[in-house]
Amino acid sequence: MVQLMSLDVNGRAAPVSVDDPDTPLLYVLRDDLGLHGPRFGCGLGQCGACTVHVDGQAVRSCITPVSSLKAGAKIVTLEGLGSLDKPHPVQAAFIAEQAAQCGYCINGMIMQSAALLNETPKPNETAIRQALAQNLCRCGTHQRIVRAVQRAAGTL
Amino acid sequence: MTAPALSRRSLLLQGGALVVGFSLSDRGASAQTFAPVATNGFAKPVAPDRVDSFLALGADGHATIFSGKVDLGTGVETALTQIAAEELDLPLDRVTVVQGDTALTPDQGPTYGSLSIQKGGVEIRQAAATARARLVQMASERLGVPADELVSENGTVRPKAGGQGLSYADLVKEGRLDLKVDPAVKTKDPAQFALVGKPVARVDIPEKMTGRFTYMQDYRVPGMVHARVVRPPTIGADLQGVDEASVADIPGLIKVVRQGNFLAIVTEKEWAAVKAAKQLRATWSEWEGLPEQGKLWQHVRATKVTKDDVTSSTGDAEAALGQAARKLEATYDFAIHTHGSIGPSCAIAELKDGFLTCWTASQMTHALRKQLAAMTGLAPEAVRCIYVEGSGCYGRNGHEDAAGDAALLARAVGRPVRVQWSRADEHGWDPKGPPTLIDLKAGLDPQGNVTAWSSQFHIPEGAAGNVPLVAASLADLPHETTMAPGNIIGNSALPYAFPNVRTVCHRLASTPFRPSWIRTPGRMQNTYANEAFLDECAAAAGADPLEYRLRALKDPRGIEVLKRVAELAMWQARPSPVKDAAGDVLRGRGISYVKYELNRTYVAGVAEVEVNRSTGQVRVPRFFVVQDCGQIINPDGVRNQLDGNVIQTVSRVLLEEVTFDRGAVTSLDWSSYPILTFPDVPEVVIDLIDRPTEKPWGAGEPSAAIVPAAVSNAVFDATGVRVRSVPFTPAKVKAALQGA
Repeated sequence: MVQLMSLDVNGRAAPVSVDDPDTPLLYVLRDDLGLHGPRFGCGLGQCGACTVHVDGQAVRSCITPVSSLKAGAKIVTLEGLGSLDKPHPVQAAFIAEQAAQCGYCINGMIMQSAALLNETPKPNETAIRQALAQNLCRCGTHQRIVRAVQRAAGTL
Repeated sequence: MTAPALSRRSLLLQGGALVVGFSLSDRGASAQTFAPVATNGFAKPVAPDRVDSFLALGADGHATIFSGKVDLGTGVETALTQIAAEELDLPLDRVTVVQGDTALTPDQGPTYGSLSIQKGGVEIRQAAATARARLVQMASERLGVPADELVSENGTVRPKAGGQGLSYADLVKEGRLDLKVDPAVKTKDPAQFALVGKPVARVDIPEKMTGRFTYMQDYRVPGMVHARVVRPPTIGADLQGVDEASVADIPGLIKVVRQGNFLAIVTEKEWAAVKAAKQLRATWSEWEGLPEQGKLWQHVRATKVTKDDVTSSTGDAEAALGQAARKLEATYDFAIHTHGSIGPSCAIAELKDGFLTCWTASQMTHALRKQLAAMTGLAPEAVRCIYVEGSGCYGRNGHEDAAGDAALLARAVGRPVRVQWSRADEHGWDPKGPPTLIDLKAGLDPQGNVTAWSSQFHIPEGAAGNVPLVAASLADLPHETTMAPGNIIGNSALPYAFPNVRTVCHRLASTPFRPSWIRTPGRMQNTYANEAFLDECAAAAGADPLEYRLRALKDPRGIEVLKRVAELAMWQARPSPVKDAAGDVLRGRGISYVKYELNRTYVAGVAEVEVNRSTGQVRVPRFFVVQDCGQIINPDGVRNQLDGNVIQTVSRVLLEEVTFDRGAVTSLDWSSYPILTFPDVPEVVIDLIDRPTEKPWGAGEPSAAIVPAAVSNAVFDATGVRVRSVPFTPAKVKAALQGA
């Protein structure tokens, strides 16, 4: 049964038709709205590659059924956080620190860090490592990622 | 869908003397199977001995480099840009790299072994230098000025004395650089380098940080449909029946594809395929062909040996062992590992008018093309593989297999098919780093010096090559039947000058899982055993582990990395273990060294560890590494790779082990195959030795080779207990501590 929904994605109304209420938000964002920021990594909420903000909170979109979103929930993806011309301070810090290798996990790193800095503007290194403990990186870029978050927080 | 990441490329490719006949600006919409790859009427050559196989100069003053080596997330796109721009005397922003397209790029071999710069970059450098020399010669003829009185800079050749010059675009005009690459061409004097050796920012990072980059997993083509594979529940199970009615309610179901034991679901929308793959009922035969995991090493030892590779033989090791004042003997083992890419493998294939196009994150598109041709029965000329960067692979993961799946499915449904593997597909079915078992013996003289060394490595047969595609195997289509674990005998021989040495690799007829190379294949396991066992010799001799290595090392570059790392880590000269260790958390340090494959990059490292005596948990808070890879192209890129190789290997050594029952892999997600996370990631402290006048060597995987032994040696230093089995899990360490 196809259901028409209007999502609020990156500050714009995004009408989507969903034929299965179980469809995770990730698939709607990627396949219906053509966004590249949120990434498929595990589909189990284990790695963090799919992280988006829902009403300012970092959420794993791969295990968030689209039907579970509250009406009017504001969804922000990596694209909505900032752009090449106007990167968000966390994105700018990741670029300055060259904090990526393959970069596949980085969406989650940036979205999780941006949510952290919203709540805790000046986290210490331990708090940053703890906040990112559920975000996996296989290339081993962790050290640069932590430095980038410190840079964004102005504590480097 | 436009990928801004690529729009820059379209600019570079418009107009000019050598123009690729289709736009790369809109790759998402360019299912232009075999669009004319022509350039002013010339076909784009790909022969590896032609200059215009490697580069094109556009009328807009830009150069396009065609690289058979691809960026797997290691930053080589940027480094290759630096090399080409340097040699062509162009600014960086006027050079772009097209990677791994079998119709456009020369076959420079697979992207493995830390060879992208050492081999791929050097070939591009020679092509660019040949082109530049030709441009100067053309300018000399046009200007009537001797070539040695001309200078090239900023895309122009002009008289050194001043006066009007000619741009490259002016010089090439409607022609082409129809030249042979001159391998003896004079390349730029490193003293003149303006770009090589500089920490240039990576070209791909801004797009990756803002969600504007198109990974393979993001790639879409018009008319495309989605597929999920349904793998057998056990590796050798036969498909006995499929109940298609079980997925009849799936919206947009296109087809349940069954061919032999290959089973997949194709649907209009992606989520429907995910759901259907879970829902599909199929019956499979029982299969229990794997060894018991608890008896893996007995199994390896009992596996038939097909041949012995004697990788070094000096003096008479057996006789010297018999005469030694003191003898040591130990066995080391190293678990089965998976690549663990964060993004599971993905590919798209389209079969149209008898031509197969495959978009793939393969590290070896030219080899994959041949595999897909063999599998489908098409001529290789009717297959085109186009590289699109995916999640990092660290070797031969599942990218090529996903391409095989997509090719089979594209033929089955007659539409472009995108195959996205699940997490369990990747962990369960990507090829594995094989289990490695190593027996070592050493004899010491009364002063503790090694007089005899004998080692035996129990490792699968085979070398690098094509790993058979899962789809071809399951569907019983033509495929390779030999194993390709990579060049895993490397670094079984020693970099030290001992008088009597014999190192032998017993090559095994089989190994439990389809093997492939995973970062530093064999060289990591072999260096681990060699450098840890050498530490056992040093401890037996009561010697400082650094001093002990320097005694037997003659190579000045090797000596330098060891001395530099000792300085960096503030190494205290003393024998291991630490005396009078007290408290619950014991601390120690360990050193390790490699000359990679005994013919290139030198690396030395020091691990600092903390061992919790009551839990057995090992932490590596800090790791020091010094590398000499000859000429450095991009020091920031090298540092990034060293961080990655050290951290990933600490993860492998402390945590990682593929688990399995008698039928299949059971570690199918990140909770059953955990990797190192932020709280436990070491600080990596790096010192680079740059030698601009030397050859550039591999800068990535060599550093992974030294990590396991450095950690093992540090655990011994802290506790007096030797851990000889990777991973160094709390259970193993605790048992060793209790046994001590």
